[in-house]
Amino acid sequence: MGINAFKRALWAFHVNTGSCNGCDIEIIAALTPRYDAERFGIKLVGSPRHADVLLVTGPVTRQMAPALKRIYEQMADPKAVIVVGNCGISGGVFHESYNLVGPVDNIIPVDVYVPGCAARPEAIIYGVVKAWEKLEKVYGAEGG
Amino acid sequence: MSVVYEVPVGPVHPALKEPVAVKCYIEGEEVVDVDVILGQNHRGIEWIGMNRDNPVQSLRMASRVCGICTNVHPLSLVQAVEAAADIEVPERADYIRAIMLEVDRIHSHLLWAGVAAHELGFDTLLHYTWKFREEVMDLAEYISGNRVTFEMEMYGGVRRDIPPEKYPKIIKAMNYYEAKFEKLVEMFLNDKTIALRTVGVGVLSREEALKLCLVGPTTRARGVKKDVRVDLPTMAYADLDIEPVTPDIYRDEVVGDVYDNIVVRLFEVKQSIDIIRQCLDQMPNGPILAEEKLPKLLNMLKKASGEGFGLTEAPRGEVVHYVKLKEMETFYAWKIRASTYNNIPAWEPMLIGAQIADIPIIVASIDPCLSCTNRAVVLDGGKEKVLSHEDLHRLSVQKTRRLIRYGK
Ligand code: SF4
Repeated sequence: MGINAFKRALWAFHVNTGSCNGCDIEIIAALTPRYDAERFGIKLVGSPRHADVLLVTGPVTRQMAPALKRIYEQMADPKAVIVVGNCGISGGVFHESYNLVGPVDNIIPVDVYVPGCAARPEAIIYGVVKAWEKLEKVYGAEGG
Repeated sequence: MSVVYEVPVGPVHPALKEPVAVKCYIEGEEVVDVDVILGQNHRGIEWIGMNRDNPVQSLRMASRVCGICTNVHPLSLVQAVEAAADIEVPERADYIRAIMLEVDRIHSHLLWAGVAAHELGFDTLLHYTWKFREEVMDLAEYISGNRVTFEMEMYGGVRRDIPPEKYPKIIKAMNYYEAKFEKLVEMFLNDKTIALRTVGVGVLSREEALKLCLVGPTTRARGVKKDVRVDLPTMAYADLDIEPVTPDIYRDEVVGDVYDNIVVRLFEVKQSIDIIRQCLDQMPNGPILAEEKLPKLLNMLKKASGEGFGLTEAPRGEVVHYVKLKEMETFYAWKIRASTYNNIPAWEPMLIGAQIADIPIIVASIDPCLSCTNRAVVLDGGKEKVLSHEDLHRLSVQKTRRLIRYGK
């Protein structure tokens, strides 16, 4: 481990499944200079095919569930999924809505949950580190 | 031979809000028709709000309509309920509300400016503006305790006071922005590349803006002097000295293009700084809540009946909440009309005739509350070619480079 962690850059893809954007803007805040997760190579990419980590916000509305599933399937293995925000974890404030099929772990397997409404950038970075550890274990097992 | 291709943009994108799908029909490089498909972000907020146990719980729903204009929706809701139930708001609360609304506006406009820079392929500027924005996030946290969802509003006032000990830090933040403002204007408005990509792009006339009933900076960028804070002043705005910002503040004439959008939003940041300063100067003393005891307030709302409207000038334009109370535990009716709803029809006239590479910046120019994985499908004689948001972004960046090198 140790320096191993910085051998490869970690790329993330972000999908909003009906969130209020509160957590979404905090994800961007985590990447921009104040928190600057980009210096570790953590970066948002525009295609799920390039991503190691999927960041999901929102309680998963009926219309977004197929899209979320498809995005998850498009990602190459090994991959990790992080749910950011209470509404993706449990439905949060939207829990009794008639238009939800979520929370996220009803649709796809989840590795890390980052609570908060909205989740703070520090918490999001911590969540990404946890996902990174998981990915490293998987890579390690493959001898990569 | 001319073939019309279909390029759907959406429904998912990292930097923006509500998922939305925009279908563009393309002939060669040119957009010939546009279709917008909405509804991916439907969470039934009004229904949930009407079925909560009491109006205070519904207020927390209002904060989650949008995490960016997080203060606007609860503010409109409390104003609607106050109008319906005849609650008089203490003056000090009105000033605190105005301050929070402007804090929200500064962060939202800077956020937009960064996103716009990103859409043009100018990521350095995205990072710079977002760094600049963190100061106001700190300020929001300092005043309300939260970075994103402020939760300051309550029926009949605000939940937290801004005691005089907190003024110096607010003034310091405003000084910081004033000092950096020149540089921001220099970077956005005197930059050759940004001018090449935004001047004359997405032009909309004043008449069209009026006909489509656009709101907020989108309409002001077309020279329409429309601003709820000036036209129907509530809260502290009636006592303040403000004017709607139109592009002629910086440019000789109003063109109504994306560049004018940038001008209006940047100068509104300056206006917000000014408003916060005025509010601090004139802040009256007194209570911050009409009714401090929660059970008593709930009782009052339970007995009230009537209808009310709450109008607020959000960073994106006018937001309207309608509430009907009918001596019930909760609202009898609650209806929200957000500003993007009015501004979306502007996409059609702005996009038609534009190039594919200009789609991202034009779509972003109204600052839509949309949240999409902008992937696009080009139907090519039965064969599908998928253009992701990244491809569109790449096209946009290529156009910027081409313009710099060859000027065309
Ligand atoms: S957890 Fe809260 S702040 Fe985050 S997206 Fe959901 S509702 Fe918005």
